[in-house]
Amino acid sequence: MIMSLISGDAPRSKTLTLVLIAIFLGLALAPFLFPGVRSLDTAARIAIFIVLAASYDLLLGYTGVVSFAHTMFFGIGAYGVGLASQHMGRGFGALIVGSLSGALLAAALAFVIALFSLRVRAIFFAMITLAVASAVAVLVSQLSWLTGGEDGFTFKIPRALGPANRMGEFAGVKINGKLLNYYVVFFCSLMLFLLMLRVVNSSFGRVLQAIRENDFRAEAIGYRVVAYRTIATCLSAAIAALAGSLFALWLRYVGPDTTLSFAIMLDILLMVVIGGMGTIWGAAIGATLLVLAQTYLQDLMGSAAAATEAIPLLSRLLDPDRWLLWLGVLFILSVYFFPTGIVGRLRSGK
Amino acid sequence: MSDAILTLEGVYTDIAQYHILHGVDLAVPRGAVTMLLGRNGVGKTTTLRTIMGLWVAKQGRITFDGEDITQAATPARARAGIGFVPEDMGIFTDLTVEENMMLAASTGPLDAKRCEWIFTAFPPLKTFWTSEAGNLSGGQKQMLSIARAMAEDRSLYLIDEPTKGLAPAIVSTMASALKELKAQGASILMVEQNFGVAKAIGDYAAVMDDGRIVWTGEMRELAESAQLQEQLMGLSMEAG
Amino acid sequence: MTAAPDHKPTFADVPLSARIAQAMPFLLIPILVVFGFVAIGNPSSWLTLTVSGLAMGMMIFIIASGLTLVFGLMDVINFGHGAFISVGAFVGVSVLFAFGQWAAAPSLVLNLTAILLAVLAAMAVTGLLGWAFEKVIVKPVYGAHLKQILVTVGGLIVIEQMIHVIWGPEEIFLTRPEMFKGAVTFWGAALEKYRLLAVAVGLVLFVAMRLVFRRTKIGLIVRAGVENGEMVEALGYRLRVVFVGVFIAGSALAGLGGVMWGLYEEVITAGMGEEMMILVFIVVIIGGLGSVEGAFIGALLVGLMQNYIAFLEPKLALISNIGLMTVILLWRPQGMMPVVKAK
Repeated sequence: MIMSLISGDAPRSKTLTLVLIAIFLGLALAPFLFPGVRSLDTAARIAIFIVLAASYDLLLGYTGVVSFAHTMFFGIGAYGVGLASQHMGRGFGALIVGSLSGALLAAALAFVIALFSLRVRAIFFAMITLAVASAVAVLVSQLSWLTGGEDGFTFKIPRALGPANRMGEFAGVKINGKLLNYYVVFFCSLMLFLLMLRVVNSSFGRVLQAIRENDFRAEAIGYRVVAYRTIATCLSAAIAALAGSLFALWLRYVGPDTTLSFAIMLDILLMVVIGGMGTIWGAAIGATLLVLAQTYLQDLMGSAAAATEAIPLLSRLLDPDRWLLWLGVLFILSVYFFPTGIVGRLRSGK
Repeated sequence: MSDAILTLEGVYTDIAQYHILHGVDLAVPRGAVTMLLGRNGVGKTTTLRTIMGLWVAKQGRITFDGEDITQAATPARARAGIGFVPEDMGIFTDLTVEENMMLAASTGPLDAKRCEWIFTAFPPLKTFWTSEAGNLSGGQKQMLSIARAMAEDRSLYLIDEPTKGLAPAIVSTMASALKELKAQGASILMVEQNFGVAKAIGDYAAVMDDGRIVWTGEMRELAESAQLQEQLMGLSMEAG
Repeated sequence: MTAAPDHKPTFADVPLSARIAQAMPFLLIPILVVFGFVAIGNPSSWLTLTVSGLAMGMMIFIIASGLTLVFGLMDVINFGHGAFISVGAFVGVSVLFAFGQWAAAPSLVLNLTAILLAVLAAMAVTGLLGWAFEKVIVKPVYGAHLKQILVTVGGLIVIEQMIHVIWGPEEIFLTRPEMFKGAVTFWGAALEKYRLLAVAVGLVLFVAMRLVFRRTKIGLIVRAGVENGEMVEALGYRLRVVFVGVFIAGSALAGLGGVMWGLYEEVITAGMGEEMMILVFIVVIIGGLGSVEGAFIGALLVGLMQNYIAFLEPKLALISNIGLMTVILLWRPQGMMPVVKAK
């Protein structure tokens, strides 16, 4: 039963299995295990970023294509829900229309970019996506009448999902709309994650891996490499957009900083590479680690910086805002020394 | 073959996951032309590229002029005196004929006397001296490719199919240029599919099959024995 | 020696249409300039915009040239190239501040000396940084594009963050040296002095680069290496050494571009390099990866286009470059002047 849910793609390592079960249970029971606004928010972010990172892994890990436009798709989904809720009025209809149109638009855009750049050289794709994504980010902040510009905008979600919707208490935890919203996010994320597992373990996924290993040979065997890559790109974009929709739903806000910024793109890259490219499971571990670290390690760095205030350079290096510096170092080291990431390490270590 | 300028002992080369050479043993005599013969795909080009260091031998030993060069980088082998004329000719099409030749003189300016000698062997190069090499015809490109190897004194030339796809008139230009090169005292290891050419300019022959040398001897001996040719190389060689 | 047989050497005829196609990229610039003149309709505005477009293009070219050559020679794509822009700008501006009196003096000689010192310091530091970057970040991942992209992005993050650590998290505002403030009037058009300087520097560099490529052995090696590195090695040249040299020179040029861009914008941030890289990538893509001349034309096109459109239809300016890239890739999928690769 469980095997068929995860499409037969077992983690293949005892430690890995335990960690994944811990992540799953932690997220599924987050409101009860870790009560508090901040921890619930962290749990929701983890769930959403697992989907986002996994969708990126579909591209990077399974097809070997580097895209810098993933946050653009994420943003399209988020703005889709935001705009639909604002213009159609609060309601589940708006959420669905917003999510679906966001996903479709993302897929269409991905298709156009793929047509242009996948045909030539892989390296073109990286550069073109970077250029297009930055243009879109600038465009979004320019079209302030529609998007709220740099500030973004807040919107109303269905009352049932708001904190005002009180439904009593369970196991000492107040059951309200916010909690319901969390479970919407959680289950949607779970389904998207299982869907991706299914995709990579289908025959389609195996062709993608063959292409990643040796595109020349795959072409020779008769696979239409460009077609497969294009489909993977579109799928990955659509799922990223859906993750964006969930994020907007959770935050009840959309803005360029939370959905479109290059910083998020870097986070996604880090999650996938540190977790382990080409495994989907790696995305789950990478995203969990990174979001946790981002939320709690920064506090730690803050106190470390305060403690070393007397030493000028060191305290600056430990400033919580320099958090990316250490991630960058970690990132380079992991590309060199753990190209298979945490999952690869655990699997080879058994 | 007493005095060998180049020896290969048990050389194995892989290209990606494919094993191409399985223990090549070869001694190239000094001051003579050695023909490397064999069917397509038996590893002739790979042998030349391994000698040049463009593929790395994973096992075995390559000795040039008494020095072990198995681990040497390509530029070091070139400066030790090995000239290379690849199958695709390796012409820099963006550069003029003159610039191609200037690059070929890696240790200093182009020697004027040598230039005259090259022009005598390949007159078209003089005609098109300042034109882009990419605009040359196939035969002219091949001339340039060999001329480039001749721009400096090299003791060993590795030449990969210099007559491939050329008109008969140009083939004979090539043949006489190569003979001239030999007359200057150079040693040549040459892959050749045209048996007529091989017969005309080869002193020795080494026949390859499936990544190994299966026969070595004098070219004359191979040329005289139809049976030997049949046995070693099958029918894929062009009739001489 | 036997005489060569009597065969007439012939050139493959290059038809006129092919010749035009070859020259087309060069013609695009005058075409765009004329288009700008017609669309803008006002000669003095047009002249102002053309000069600022050229200035911008020159600065982008200075930055892009190193990147495209590094790719052409060793198939290495450096997503961290932008870091050198930022570092160059911060080092240069720091030096400029240190010689603040010279920069503030109303003397062309003192101003130019201050700028020159800033530029030299910036180029020295970024050149050195480029050398270290090549050794530590790039060298271990030769031949693996995916890792190259990832690792050089990592390098970009680290260097950018180090700028924050050293110079603090705030942007730094600056003013141009005294003699380069303001504009000169020419045919009724106001031409900013600094932009004229930028155009001049860019032109000088382009001509110098062309001379190096055409007239020197090292230039020949680089040009030949872009087409067929293996053959260059087989002729006895150590291409890796040449490549490291090009990497260092390219990094130093990015540093120069950073100083120039900082003076142009009169503000510098750690993220400025990353932002500029978007335009730089567009330029090297439309120019044809590996082609310095292509990058030159591409940079001028992007600079002119951006300035014309900003005047004609400000809302479109931001996406005009993406539009330009789309059109050019539709016309030539490998860029305007793709380099010939032997393999």
